[in-house]
Amino acid sequence: MNFVAVQMLIGDRAKYLGLIFAVAFSTFLMSHQSTIFAGIMDRTTSQIKDVQDANIWVMDQKTQYFDEVKALTDDDVYRVRSVPGVEWAVPLFKGLPRAKAFDGNFRVVIMMGVDDASLVGAPRDMVLGSPEDLRKPDSVLVDRVGYEFFFPQQPYVLGKTLELNDRRVTIQGIFNSSAPFQNLPIFYARYSNAMTYVGRERNLLSFVLAKAQPGLSDDELCRRIDAATGLHAATGKQFGWQTIRYYIAHTGIPVNFGITIAIALVVGTIVAGQTFYIFTLENLKQFGALKAIGVTNWRITGMILLQALMVGLIGYSIGIAMTAAFFEITKGNLDLRGFVLFWQIAAGTGAVVLFIVMAASLMSIRRVLVLEPAVVFRG
Amino acid sequence: MTQNVQTMTHPAVVCRRLTKDFGAGENQVRVLRGVDLDVAFGEMTLLVGPSGCGKTTLLSVVAGLLNATSGAVMVLGEDASRMSGTEAVQFRRRNIGFVFQQYNLLPALTVAENAAVPLLAAGIPKKRAVAAASDLLSQLGLGERLHALPSQLSGGQQQRVALARALVHEPRLVVCDEPTSALDHETGNAVMELLTNVAVRSDRAVVVVTHDSRVFQFADRIAHMDDGRIVETQQEGRSQEPEVRMKAAAAQPSFAGVNQ
Ligand SMILES: Nc1ncnc2c1ncn2[C@@H]1O[C@H](COP(=O)(O)OP(=O)(O)OP(=O)(O)O)[C@@H](O)[C@H]1O
Ligand SMILES: [Mg+2]
Repeated sequence: MNFVAVQMLIGDRAKYLGLIFAVAFSTFLMSHQSTIFAGIMDRTTSQIKDVQDANIWVMDQKTQYFDEVKALTDDDVYRVRSVPGVEWAVPLFKGLPRAKAFDGNFRVVIMMGVDDASLVGAPRDMVLGSPEDLRKPDSVLVDRVGYEFFFPQQPYVLGKTLELNDRRVTIQGIFNSSAPFQNLPIFYARYSNAMTYVGRERNLLSFVLAKAQPGLSDDELCRRIDAATGLHAATGKQFGWQTIRYYIAHTGIPVNFGITIAIALVVGTIVAGQTFYIFTLENLKQFGALKAIGVTNWRITGMILLQALMVGLIGYSIGIAMTAAFFEITKGNLDLRGFVLFWQIAAGTGAVVLFIVMAASLMSIRRVLVLEPAVVFRG
Repeated sequence: MTQNVQTMTHPAVVCRRLTKDFGAGENQVRVLRGVDLDVAFGEMTLLVGPSGCGKTTLLSVVAGLLNATSGAVMVLGEDASRMSGTEAVQFRRRNIGFVFQQYNLLPALTVAENAAVPLLAAGIPKKRAVAAASDLLSQLGLGERLHALPSQLSGGQQQRVALARALVHEPRLVVCDEPTSALDHETGNAVMELLTNVAVRSDRAVVVVTHDSRVFQFADRIAHMDDGRIVETQQEGRSQEPEVRMKAAAAQPSFAGVNQ
């Protein structure tokens, strides 16, 4: 009878395609919006993840997330260094100066200042030049977004100059960065230079980056730093989640995406559920004939579930493939980079779709089960 | 053949003081008001009477689709009034063939697949079921249209497919509700002829509800119904050459053998 169920479903071509489309559409909308949401949340941690040399971030107790920092004092670097188990500790600066090209083009940029001596925290994924070139006078490294903003349509070459706080800087390297939340260009300079490029603020130490001695766990060292300095130490991963939690709790982003996803869910459920229900109602007479002929209620339940699962599986596959294709196509775009369809989202969407089609089929099954087979004799 | 010996000892259908009510309380109506009816194996029994007199209701009770309110219904030696829902489903699947006025074929299935549905419902693999159905359809003159969809057939052809579906699992009772009333006279006659020639066998009973006096010629027995009762039963001429029909029945090929 499974074959009969499948034939019934695909035999009604228009309704079959409508059902598949409804499921595919809501799958696409849910997974696409969830992916963008997850991607945006992920972006809030981009600059944390891009620091690959150190695993521990030390910050002021009041610093809640990466983009808004309460400054530390220069002393704090020494205090962290003196905590037993610290292999090394270096300052890291973060500011938002305005960079100006000589053609007048200007934009706020993220300026990261790394330790003059060790260059810990400098970018590793270089397109042109090397992090060591930061040691040259007035040297900055610029990410591709920044370079393409200030020198649009121009080939990547080193030695171009920009102005930061009335100081002339020379681009000595171009690198790939993870997309930042605000999608601003990212600059790196030596710590001592970075301060002068930003000006104004007096106390400029944003974070201390530290590394544990071999054999000591990061968590344990964080506890020791917390206790010894009264500052807050976290691993990069913890700090990333702390930042994401801040954005979830304090911005409208999750609500907005939540609404879109909920709409996709509701529309998907209603459209797919309704279409499926109508499909069953229109086939009620056929089901009645099958019941009269002696097909058991169990069999009929199985037939309807099979039809629903088939619609769900095909619709889901199309929808999720569309989402995957979307992010595959846009992955080369600088503004949309870094959005990937996480398997968790694919699986979660799958579970929701399964729920939708099951809910739809339950209503249909009920209708068919209560159907009196004697109706087959009525015109 | 043990079955035949057994079937011959009792009529195919026996109804005694059968009543059927619909609705409850104020809206309760008694549609069957004490039906007494015997249907013999090897015969075609017509059930005739004015519209609304309860023919379809009686047929539904006899076929195990509806439970009687009171009275006795023995169908193929089993007490149809005592069957649970599942038993009734099983009973219908094994023993009853249905022909409906509106054919009720599944539009998405081919002719052969449609005729195979009772075998599929009995769990017979698709290939075997469709092969058995195809054999029968060829006998009914539809050998060329096995892979057509019902919508591509004329009404008479569709009713022949329905006939094949009603017979493919070799049921011992075939019930037909107005099988010819959607067809023109000639086509209706052809369907009735097939019904008498292919369906009626010594080990099977056929009950046909009809309005159509032109099909009376095909009957072995005609039960007249009015206002929820059988008012008169006539024996017709056709049942006077039983040996001929017995021979024809013995020559029938076995289609799938779900009953064995
Ligand atoms: N499920 C039901 N609920 C309530 N009343 C019903 C139901 N089924 C049939 N009836 C009523 O029972 C009566 C007999 O119906 P039935 O269909 O058996 O008549 P019929 O002899 O087959 O008529 P027709 O020749 O028009 O087909 C009618 O008055 C009908 O309205
Ligand atoms: Mg009727």
